[in-house]
Amino acid sequence: MSKTLDHTTFNVETIRKDFPILNREVNGKPLIYFDNAATSQTPQQVIDVIVDYYSNYNANIHRGVHALSQEATDAYEQARRKIQTHFNAEYAHEIIFTSGTTHGINLVANGFSSLLKKGDEIIVSALEHHSNIVPWQMLCEKTGAELKVIPMNDNGELELSAFEALLNENTKLVFVNHISNALGTINPIEEIISKAHSVGAAVLVDGAQSCPHIKPDVQALDVDFYVCSAHKICGPTGVGMLYGKQDWLKKLPPYQGGGEMIAEVTFEKTTYADLPHKFEAGTPNVCGGIAFGAALDYMNAIGFETIANYEHELLEHATHLLQQIEGVKIYGTAKHKTSVISFNVGNIHPYDIGTILDKMGIAVRTGHHCAQPIMDYYNIPGTIRASFMFYNTKAEIDTFIAALKKAIMMLS
Amino acid sequence: MTIVEIQNEIIDEFSMFDDWEERYQYMIDLGKTLPLIDEQFKTEDHIIKGCQSKVWVHANMEDDKVNFTADSDAIITKGIIAILIRVFSNQHPKDIIEADTDFIDKIGLKEHLSPTRANGLVSMIKQLKMYAIAYQTQLN
Repeated sequence: MSKTLDHTTFNVETIRKDFPILNREVNGKPLIYFDNAATSQTPQQVIDVIVDYYSNYNANIHRGVHALSQEATDAYEQARRKIQTHFNAEYAHEIIFTSGTTHGINLVANGFSSLLKKGDEIIVSALEHHSNIVPWQMLCEKTGAELKVIPMNDNGELELSAFEALLNENTKLVFVNHISNALGTINPIEEIISKAHSVGAAVLVDGAQSCPHIKPDVQALDVDFYVCSAHKICGPTGVGMLYGKQDWLKKLPPYQGGGEMIAEVTFEKTTYADLPHKFEAGTPNVCGGIAFGAALDYMNAIGFETIANYEHELLEHATHLLQQIEGVKIYGTAKHKTSVISFNVGNIHPYDIGTILDKMGIAVRTGHHCAQPIMDYYNIPGTIRASFMFYNTKAEIDTFIAALKKAIMMLS
Repeated sequence: MTIVEIQNEIIDEFSMFDDWEERYQYMIDLGKTLPLIDEQFKTEDHIIKGCQSKVWVHANMEDDKVNFTADSDAIITKGIIAILIRVFSNQHPKDIIEADTDFIDKIGLKEHLSPTRANGLVSMIKQLKMYAIAYQTQLN
């Protein structure tokens, strides 16, 4: 990844005009939104698509003969093809619309429950979000399979040698996030995928934190399943996607029964619809899917390389300033990380700092970030997490640093 | 002093401050006056659930009046629990049960009353009242 940004083509002030929410005030101060790893903000271009949908062609899809239904179906399927192109999937029907990352993970976990048996093994990483641990624990309870964990080192990087030692012919599934939500570590998924494949195990990658910053190529990665949420990529909440290799998706049984997912129903037997409808029971989030496509258009128009380079500048600027503050300890100092900084200041509770920053209009995340095992590793109650997107500025970071210093003074 | 008198006293104290900074600074200072819980009670069953920071509370009753001690690992939370304990300590359980807590709003800490707020002020009030209910049953 090149780390130089062409400032002649990227103008953050122009970009910021696309995000109406960035004009608002919180507690009488201009909002500084640094909780992007939890959810990103929505540009006017995506909001317009949502308004247009409900104003002009809201309808149920796939079965209406009338014009509105046809228009909505076309727009929804066009969005699926946009997602296919974005992730470079071989077929559009390998893209399953979900309600988000968690739904995608549960869909795969549920599908594997009929494929696993006692003695099989599932490997997850120590860097996982709760949502990526609980479904596998449930799956293991149900099937008698065993859950193994790839450990991490002090920098928040996965120990690949330990991963290799865990792999054997009983390994059926490996689940790892592309980027850790708590620490920002970019995991070496290429290596993890090829090693897992060498023992015949399938790999599911949680892309919730990676998709806002990088453009994954699922064919180049040779990944079996990849999941993400639209709301972290400037899209709406409640919609996401699961990519699955065609062969795997055909092998997995449907997750939910309902309309849309069936080919033929009699009281004796139901045959399931073809992909992707087999996994899309019921009326989907039509507007959400269309807006998801619009969000990808918006991000691609800026360009993911430009985004990554600019966010890297923000990360370096913030890291540099934070390191100059006495008592600051940054967690997750992996060589490859995205624009997320998890940190603590001396013995001050992260909750205290988060509360004071909020009074100054600055939104950060505090707590364990749904990644309790990581917090246990460092033996801390939680961290303060500041996460940046391409619409944030160095000036905002400077204000945040000044506010942080004030909070430290008040709390010491 | 009655619960209402103490609440009014706290409202008066907070009314002297012009901005959030002074209010929070005062709250942090109040946290330092918190009657600390005995280390032996800092156990799992004394933790108040629903707080992002840890809060331990212990109660005992003497001469028909409930006394509270507490601690927290977060300074602002410590200030909040100190205010609550100042209001509820050394009071009859029945008065604690019946007391309303509108004064929180009046001292400019309304944002902490949201049930989704991670500091769990609502959980703290509930826990203090639960102790009072338990002691009230002993008196009945």
